[in-house]
Amino acid sequence: MNDRPTPLLRAEGLVKTHHGEGAPAHAVRGVDLRVARGEFVAVTGPSGAGKSTLLHLLGGLQRPDEGSYWLDGERTDGYSEARWAVERRKRIGIVFQFFNLVSNLSVADNVELPALLAGLSPKQARAEREELLAELGLAGKERSMPGELSGGEQQRVALARALVNRPPLLLADEPAGSLDSKGTREVMRLLSRFHGRGQTIVLVTHDARLASAADRVISFFDGRIADDAELDGAPSRRAGTSGVLELRD
Amino acid sequence: MRLPLLALLARGPAHGYELKQDLEQLLGSAYPQPNVGQIYVTLGRLEKSGLIEGEEVEQSSRPNKKIYHLTDAGREELRAWFAEPEDEPRVRDEFFMKLALAPQTGLADQIALINKQRRQYLNTMRNLSKLAAAENRDNRIAHLLIEGAMLHLQADLDWLERCQEELEEPE
Repeated sequence: MNDRPTPLLRAEGLVKTHHGEGAPAHAVRGVDLRVARGEFVAVTGPSGAGKSTLLHLLGGLQRPDEGSYWLDGERTDGYSEARWAVERRKRIGIVFQFFNLVSNLSVADNVELPALLAGLSPKQARAEREELLAELGLAGKERSMPGELSGGEQQRVALARALVNRPPLLLADEPAGSLDSKGTREVMRLLSRFHGRGQTIVLVTHDARLASAADRVISFFDGRIADDAELDGAPSRRAGTSGVLELRD
Repeated sequence: MRLPLLALLARGPAHGYELKQDLEQLLGSAYPQPNVGQIYVTLGRLEKSGLIEGEEVEQSSRPNKKIYHLTDAGREELRAWFAEPEDEPRVRDEFFMKLALAPQTGLADQIALINKQRRQYLNTMRNLSKLAAAENRDNRIAHLLIEGAMLHLQADLDWLERCQEELEEPE
């Protein structure tokens, strides 16, 4: 295995069980996963399959009960809470379904805060923020408060915040889950664009439209990987792109 | 094809090649390119059944072309078309029969069938996404068509998920 480049992310035998009221919930039941640098991987499956838990394990938001996890070849088993916080600032960007913006900070401050915390000068942080907001079509919204923006706009701010420190890994947990069709397309377009520039992305979604933007789709069922498929985008055998578009005479 | 051609002629007379171009422009890249031969054949049948009438127009340097217009009967046919709702699409595909019959043959595994089918749908979904990205943004009809195809496919994928949940062996 030494001839293969170090995967950006490697997990082996991950297990996570939630102990709440009632029977224990086996959210993740033995997951092995490798994601190479520059890959865009989508994890899909029914709600309750454990895919969000898996993403939380990959982002250090939860710790596995069993198994090991390497980030860029480095074993994370011994990482403290504080260490994970640093990783999430520098090496891992995360976007969530409900954006999780700081509601009493302006758009600009929401994006600059993680840059400042990561040690950028205020000037650098502002420059990065300006570039990202312009790129995401949010120029002119710097002074707005999150509550004044549409869902789609808030998710774009969250994306800017996640990417401001140029993390090698972007994790997205149902990023279009609370958006309408137009917002979903927008998120899809942006993820594809960043991926096109080499951003590694792991996306959890139940939306197949969003998942189809990825070049690899993992089907997650009952805490396990049921299928792991590269999408080659080979043209369909039929004329037209789907039976829905069939022309009858 | 019959009714769409009648509908295009409701606007005014046109010849076969114009109708092909109109269809292409309206529906964008999402639709299979209409075959011009198929259009001429359909126009011939529509004329025979009295729904349209053709008139030969002489062209100096090329063969004559035929300009068609809608007849009153054609207009009635079209009204009837618009008046009736369409049947809903049906689950009638071959995959369902494979899934239903696999266990008794001992030749295929249901979960493997589902996984294979999902890959096929996901690839089609990816192609539709690409098609949408390539289509002219202003062509709303074409985008609605692609979105319709994607939503159908999403439903098919959701259904595969249900099949998998039901059929996966509990340990």
